[in-house]
Amino acid sequence: MEHIVIIGNGISGVTAARHIRKLSDKKITIISAETEHFFSRTALMYIYMGHMKYEHTKPYEDWFWKKNRINLKNGFVNQIDTNTKTLHFEKGDTLKYDKLIIATGSKPNKFGWPGQDLNGVQGLYSKQDLDNLEVYAPNNNVCKRAVIVGGGLIGIELAEMLNSRNIPVTFLVREPNFWNNVLPEGESRMINREIKKHGIDLRLETNLKEIKSDKNGQVKSVIIEETGEEIRCNFVGLTAGVSPNISIVKNSNINTNKGVVVNRYLETNIQDVFAIGDCAEQQEAIGNRKPIEAVWYTGRMMGEVIAQTICGNRTPYNPSHWFNSAKFFDIEYQTYGWVFPKPKENHEHFHWKHETESKCITIEYHRETETFKGINTFGIRLKHEVFDRWLTEKRPVDFVIKNLQDANFDPEFYKRYESCIKEKFENRIVTA
Amino acid sequence: MSYKSNHSLSLAKPDAYHTSIKQKLFLAIGLLGLFMMGIALFNLNILSGWTLTLSLALMTLGIGGFAIDAYLNKPEGIKNDGVWFKSISSRGLWGWLTGVVLTLFYIVLYFYPQYLGLAKDGNENSGLVALFDPLSRLLNGGPASQWFVYGTLYTLAILAFGFKFLLKYRHNRYEQLRTYSVMFFQLAFAFLIPEFMSRLNSETFSLPYYDLKNIWPLNYYNFEQYRVDSFISAGNIGLGLLIFGIVSIFIITPILTYKYGKRWYCSWVCGCGGLAETAGDPFRHLSDKRQVAWKIERWVIHSVLVFVVLMTTAVIYTYLGYDSEKYWLTKDVFLLSVGCFLTLIFALTIIFKRQELGKDARYGAIGYFIIIILLIGFHYATNGTKLFLFEAETLRSAYGFLIGAIFSGVIGTGFYPIFGSRVWCRFGCPMAAILGFQQRMLSKFRITTNGGQCISCGNCSTYCEMGIDVRAYAQKGENIVRSSCVGCGICSAVCPRGVLKLENDSMKGRINSNDILLGNDVDLMDLINKK
Repeated sequence: MEHIVIIGNGISGVTAARHIRKLSDKKITIISAETEHFFSRTALMYIYMGHMKYEHTKPYEDWFWKKNRINLKNGFVNQIDTNTKTLHFEKGDTLKYDKLIIATGSKPNKFGWPGQDLNGVQGLYSKQDLDNLEVYAPNNNVCKRAVIVGGGLIGIELAEMLNSRNIPVTFLVREPNFWNNVLPEGESRMINREIKKHGIDLRLETNLKEIKSDKNGQVKSVIIEETGEEIRCNFVGLTAGVSPNISIVKNSNINTNKGVVVNRYLETNIQDVFAIGDCAEQQEAIGNRKPIEAVWYTGRMMGEVIAQTICGNRTPYNPSHWFNSAKFFDIEYQTYGWVFPKPKENHEHFHWKHETESKCITIEYHRETETFKGINTFGIRLKHEVFDRWLTEKRPVDFVIKNLQDANFDPEFYKRYESCIKEKFENRIVTA
Repeated sequence: MSYKSNHSLSLAKPDAYHTSIKQKLFLAIGLLGLFMMGIALFNLNILSGWTLTLSLALMTLGIGGFAIDAYLNKPEGIKNDGVWFKSISSRGLWGWLTGVVLTLFYIVLYFYPQYLGLAKDGNENSGLVALFDPLSRLLNGGPASQWFVYGTLYTLAILAFGFKFLLKYRHNRYEQLRTYSVMFFQLAFAFLIPEFMSRLNSETFSLPYYDLKNIWPLNYYNFEQYRVDSFISAGNIGLGLLIFGIVSIFIITPILTYKYGKRWYCSWVCGCGGLAETAGDPFRHLSDKRQVAWKIERWVIHSVLVFVVLMTTAVIYTYLGYDSEKYWLTKDVFLLSVGCFLTLIFALTIIFKRQELGKDARYGAIGYFIIIILLIGFHYATNGTKLFLFEAETLRSAYGFLIGAIFSGVIGTGFYPIFGSRVWCRFGCPMAAILGFQQRMLSKFRITTNGGQCISCGNCSTYCEMGIDVRAYAQKGENIVRSSCVGCGICSAVCPRGVLKLENDSMKGRINSNDILLGNDVDLMDLINKK
């Protein structure tokens, strides 16, 4: 029986395993050094905040794996020998594979800041990171202040987490507004306000120069690049993005760049070795997507696709329209299609913001053809299915505005904003 | 300190979760009110007539003040920080203590009301019951009973903790309206109207105590002889109420459940649901999410339903006559119609919904159907006095004790801090079983999932008071159509990615299942999902 070995038990690897099991009777082994069972990485924050316990973040009960004949192996792979199709583990044992799927995910970026490896300095990606957070920032007695470096999705989550335990947070953001390299300015500004509303000391256009140590090798303070200001703190969160976690692949024959280089079939340069999820790097970017997409949904989709290829139906990774979501403190965010921070060439933005509440949308469309390109929505839930369809049908922007109520996904009895949005859109046409 | 350390049982919990000084103050005020009631138990009525007023006021103030400080000082949004760290809400010491005290209270209430001060044989009440006499006289003209005490405290709990819930979910209009609704139905229908109704009673006119929204079979005693006699002897009004009771379960309930799902009752109207959604809210996440719990749930709740149907049939049967000249509804007519009705429901389900039943559901349905029909047949064959092997009175008292008192009261509410707030609704309530059966088979209600947006975080499953593994559906892009869902809407509220929505829509395509979620290759989706 063919042995499929998957390195990594995150969403990518586990989705692949589940689908391979659905399609075949192959022997499946998932390897992880992180946790015994699959858990939802995106839910780590809720464990620290006390919304859930670790066990609640496991999407499948522990009996699931045995029932579905998916072997779980705890271990850290040291070396991948692609000639003999053997994995060598840290503890000296080995495992033979017939087909290998690399799904090792990401690791937090460190940009060579002095002091970046001190105790109390860390990212937030793995279960171990969460455990360490409990050591260095369990409460505001142990951690008088925390500094977060990097204004992205993990940074703001970490701020919310620490804030939930009343730990004062200073949040250093390189951009002029939060996540401004992804969000249009109006939206970024709204999130700035949301961050400050929760009592976070938000510092925009501020970079980290160095992290200082106390005599025990633990973080004592950080120095700001621009002003030279020293901020005393007991914890530093490094959240300036992630990059593929491919140290175990580096010393093999498998071709790597920033990530494990794959073609559209998620195949590496070595026969029978594949890579999916955060650690995979497309030879050529697909549409507006980046060659490396460290996104939950991408990992899941690649897992769905690779299972087809492994089971004899060689299938390219061909994702449909881009979508994503996040939550910034109390503001939910969803996006469908592409909205750029500044409209792309020949594109235009339509922005609507509620006067008092934290709700807004931005629609990107083509200036001449008026084709709808994408929407960002904050504080209003919208239907994925409807936007996916409208994008496929290349609907014009006024169709989207006119039919916006069909895409609403807010709970029943919620206030509706379609008419305000329509009104603003019509006025825009008059003034344009 | 690692994440593994159990915060709830340790002294060193994260600082943010220490209750603020203001909250402690209001907690003390509330407890003082409770303490005054405790004192009354020992007949130490210090402030005489004012004790009850003051005690109720202090408890209300305590809960209200606590809620205001806990929620209004923070921005609107989900307020679940530290839920699993707090002793009271994570089966810690306070949780267990509260559970024990509540359980003891229920045991005394149901089985030893004399300890609450209930008088026997026309004597004056004493203790806690006597404390409530003035309020009882004000409302219904008579002295209090232990049930009046319980009803008052129950209503107070729904109103005060309902206020707390309203503040907690002040950003969510669905939760707001639903909570106003249960508060209204408890205060008006369960508490005030029945009390005022009993004021109308006189020597010549008497209605049984009737909470109009309490529908058979939740109200398992509604068709007992003393009540039916009383209804009939009370003329047109009584007859109207009796008919309303029958119409409630056979006409109103099916229509509303078809249109809105069982939530119209369980989380908008029902008193048990009302308490669970308000006072029980801090414990909703303690429900058991394991698949094995779901299996147990299905057997237990449907067994209770069979039990209540048999019991009620037996009880009604005993007081009906043999002679059709006196009254058209004789023993035979009644038993035959029960048999026909059950056969009809069974046949329709098997014919039209066979594919939607799991294997165990099919076995269960067939098994129970055969048992009931055999029992009816056995009765005719032997021509005995006992309808279902037991005397009707034995069935009635067994049901009242096991289900009415132990299950719904002692376990259902007493164990809130241990098993979560909906143990009774999930495992025991026969009304929920009927509504749930219809919700699963014939209703427009479902929880819709939003394409491929689920991140499997587990907030929905964790905060489902009915123990439904919502995530298991959401991460497959599958609508949630489950008998047990009471439509509280919390899964949708706590979802950080806007994936879940409670909806009433057409029956077509209500139950869907996708192997591959939206967002991936459209051709692949077509290939896999439409095979």
